[in-house]
Amino acid sequence: MTKILAPITVVFALVIIWYVGAYFLNAPQATALMDPDGPQNFWAVLQACWTMDRPELPTPDQIFSNLYDSICNNPLDSPRNFLLQTAYTAQAAITGLLIGAILGIALAAGIVHSRVLDRSLMPWVIASQTIPILAIAPMVVVALGNIGFTGLLPKAAIVGYLSFFPITVGMVKGFRSADTLQLDLMRTYNASGAQIFFKLRWPIAVSFLFPSLKVAVALAVTGAIVAEIPTGAQVGLGARLLAGSYYGQTEMMWGALVLASALALTMIGFVRLGEASVRQLRGGRL
Amino acid sequence: MANTDLLQPAAATIAARATVISAEKLNVIFSAADKPVVALSDVDLHVEQGDFVSLIGPSGCGKTTLLRAIADLAPTTTGTLTVNGMTPSEARTARAYGYVFQAPALFPWRNVIRNVTLPLELTGMGKAEREQCAIENLSLLGLKDFGRKFPWQLSGGMQQRVSIARALSFKPELLLMDEPFGALDEITRDNLNLHLHELWAQTHLSAVFVTHSIPEAVFLSTRIVVMSARPGRVLRVIESKLPRHRTLDMRESPEFIAVAHEVREALREGHSYD
Repeated sequence: MTKILAPITVVFALVIIWYVGAYFLNAPQATALMDPDGPQNFWAVLQACWTMDRPELPTPDQIFSNLYDSICNNPLDSPRNFLLQTAYTAQAAITGLLIGAILGIALAAGIVHSRVLDRSLMPWVIASQTIPILAIAPMVVVALGNIGFTGLLPKAAIVGYLSFFPITVGMVKGFRSADTLQLDLMRTYNASGAQIFFKLRWPIAVSFLFPSLKVAVALAVTGAIVAEIPTGAQVGLGARLLAGSYYGQTEMMWGALVLASALALTMIGFVRLGEASVRQLRGGRL
Repeated sequence: MANTDLLQPAAATIAARATVISAEKLNVIFSAADKPVVALSDVDLHVEQGDFVSLIGPSGCGKTTLLRAIADLAPTTTGTLTVNGMTPSEARTARAYGYVFQAPALFPWRNVIRNVTLPLELTGMGKAEREQCAIENLSLLGLKDFGRKFPWQLSGGMQQRVSIARALSFKPELLLMDEPFGALDEITRDNLNLHLHELWAQTHLSAVFVTHSIPEAVFLSTRIVVMSARPGRVLRVIESKLPRHRTLDMRESPEFIAVAHEVREALREGHSYD
């Protein structure tokens, strides 16, 4: 019972805080716009705050009715439809995440197997993450655009750049988790390097892959949205976010945020599904 | 043709048994920060086909080092060491031995059958064939019905039995065991000693067995090599006069106690300096 009650209570409290916040943030503007001949009491102001156009802070019901309107009253291929924009962002996030995962695993395998790579790559891997993505994203977009890559690819590249890091770190740890005894055992079998990798190091590292992927998913969605802003804000949730801020369409911005979290949650859900099926294959332990 | 066939067994008994392991003047020296550590000093060891040789001695006497050198898991410094007439490295490459570690070292992501078939999987043997082989080895150790279980679902003793079954995968003629029952309780240990003894008595296996336990060494071995520490060396080699087939009850017999006494005396000799 507490399992359901606890999160519901939190949500309930947040909604109350939200409506109170909407009152305080919107009140100055709302009072200024109110019909001077109409009633001026507290309830009238409250109602004005919660229903005004282009509010500072839209209320949850405004955000969801805006989302509902965008999704249900526009054809799926219309740029006004939020689902289409989410699909663009999802495409960039998922493609980028796959690039990041492959790159991250390959780097980790190289770092674990070669002392030279460990010494030479690891500092760059860490340095790569100290550069703010907001600074590097436009440069990547411009540079790739100049050599003829536009649309999905620059966005996926930025997402890959962000999401490879947790995967590299997790997989290096995972590949190194084979203990001496297990390595000695493989040696008594005269196992080749590839066999040690695929039959010993990889199965151990898989347990580290899923937590890394969950971190990478969060970064991938953020990365995709950030990457959509300097691409001229043509498509995607990032574009909606930017357009919303240009035109003071706060409902649109909040709608984009809601869908971005929904996208991240869905992707995390798939990671969990993968994790659960591997666990199933291993008899219930990962 | 029929004649030569008849002569074969007689010829085999007359001929000396094949030498499985031969170590002469073996030295293993590890370089350490201050001065080199002599892990093994002038060790001689001969194991013939069908022998069960136990290495017993205090901690740090080099018994594990000797076993690891035989298995080509540790390098030797000087002296000669051959396994099946080959260098340890060639023997390892030829998969000439099965090694049982102190801990079961089973892969938790593989079920029992897939743990036992792992060594064969590395040789590229087909799935059906290697599973057949695994089931045979598991039956030998009384684990036929546990193939689909995962290691963590088994008790410690069962896990160690699985690891012995796994060591038998290549059908090796030599089994190297490094205190395989050291972490188990005494009742389980007795049970596994019996399992191991029966396995050895039924087959042509030769074995080198590292242990701290005198009763275990006496019960299992045809020969007991008593070692002493600093530097690791062989103090005495004791030939057991016990019959080849043994039962746990035999441990109360005067012959058994006599051998155990001899081992204990030799171990005490090694500690005379302190």
